Amino acid sequence: MGDTSREIMRRARQQVPEWTPSQVHAALAQGREDLVLVDVREKHEWNEGYLPGALHVPRGFLELQIEEKVPGKSQQIVLYCAGGVRSLMAGATLQQMGYENVISMAGGFGQWKGAGYNVVQPRIMGEAQIRRYSRHLLIPEVGEAGQLKLLDARVLLIGAGGLGSPAAFYLAAAGVGTLGIIDADVVDESNLQRQILHTTERIGQYKAESARATIKALNPDVNVITYIERLDETNVRRIVAEYDVIIDGTDNFPTRYLLNDTALMGDKPVIHGSVFRFEGQVTVFKPYAGPCYRCLYPEPPPPALAPTCAEAGVLGVLPGIIGLLQATETIKLLLGIGEPLVARLLTYDALAGEFNELRLFRDPKCPACGENGHPEDLPTYAEFCALPGRS
Amino acid sequence: MATVRLAPVLRSSAGGKKQVSAEGSTLAELLAALYQSYPALKEQIQPEQELSRFINVYINDQDVRYLKGLNTVVGPQDTVILLPAMAGGK
Repeated sequence: MGDTSREIMRRARQQVPEWTPSQVHAALAQGREDLVLVDVREKHEWNEGYLPGALHVPRGFLELQIEEKVPGKSQQIVLYCAGGVRSLMAGATLQQMGYENVISMAGGFGQWKGAGYNVVQPRIMGEAQIRRYSRHLLIPEVGEAGQLKLLDARVLLIGAGGLGSPAAFYLAAAGVGTLGIIDADVVDESNLQRQILHTTERIGQYKAESARATIKALNPDVNVITYIERLDETNVRRIVAEYDVIIDGTDNFPTRYLLNDTALMGDKPVIHGSVFRFEGQVTVFKPYAGPCYRCLYPEPPPPALAPTCAEAGVLGVLPGIIGLLQATETIKLLLGIGEPLVARLLTYDALAGEFNELRLFRDPKCPACGENGHPEDLPTYAEFCALPGRS
Repeated sequence: MATVRLAPVLRSSAGGKKQVSAEGSTLAELLAALYQSYPALKEQIQPEQELSRFINVYINDQDVRYLKGLNTVVGPQDTVILLPAMAGGK
């Protein structure tokens, strides 16, 4: 005969120390950062509210997930459930797994709330969103919290062309909640070889409007803000200030310098991409964490050395690859995961089938981000390389 | 001889080659040898005495601006990468 539940409970109570909600509240009020709160209730209970700062590890997944969420076995853990019974049994389980300092909150969430202590009301994703983003929700590094971050995020795309098209398309699919698209051009037949946001039907329409139509059809969750204008001194600060991350897919140097300087002033990361025939480059300019564009290229090359796609041509799939690397870096920054391409220039040679990486350095004498830098007061070489904008 | 890898925009000045070899114990010597074979490259890389500011030169993935510039020592096994800024995005 096995043990009765009463017997299991009796033993758990002997093994696992209990704190009252007021003891837990006092410990948290002291700002104890070494204390981890773990909510072992079911999802629908968590959705009704939880203790501030708590991790959610439903008891059914406790053994499978706790080591990932709380790696240190000597970590002090306070477990709670609705009334203090499940957390006590969960505590016994954690002790079996080798956790040395486990406490169960007596009376659980019910008593905590009854005592008038703070609870957090979680944001809940709708059923449709849970289905749409299910493959993200399965990844621990994204999960529901990460998906909500993406839904709250605001990303600005400079250009809805070769790089902007794949980046915007996939960021929309990923559920990045707000996409700003600035582009003053209209869709041209020669764009369709690579600019996959646009369609044959929409030749002659503004690219920004065409982009909105494609994105809305893919994911109605996404709010698309269009700017049918060129980025210049008169609008750059106002527009950049509205976003968390900027994707630079422009075709000209003045815009790149202008964007660089504005992003430094506003502390906004710029995901830089460029393409030429069979080759592309990607890097992340994160203000003051790595070099800026002016550290890398203090001056623009003469037009002969920097032809646009219109002059030099580009393999249609290449901006797809580079634009998606930019989208990937964007998501990493938004979620705060992985190793962003800060101070690293990734180059791709399609013909060779090769990726290479170059280390980049911050220039202490950089006129924009160096010790005595003045990003607000630099030339953007608009006259110097007055290239035709379209490419 | 060190290997020199040319960014795409430079290749038309080197007979379309992606990779060439050049002799020299410092970067300055190596580039001088390179210009002997491909004179058109000089204007793009080093029109004056100093390296042009719109080109980045790497030796084994390290930016020479943070090594010793034109005086950086180059060995026969080294790879020199010449990389000007690219603007194309659309």
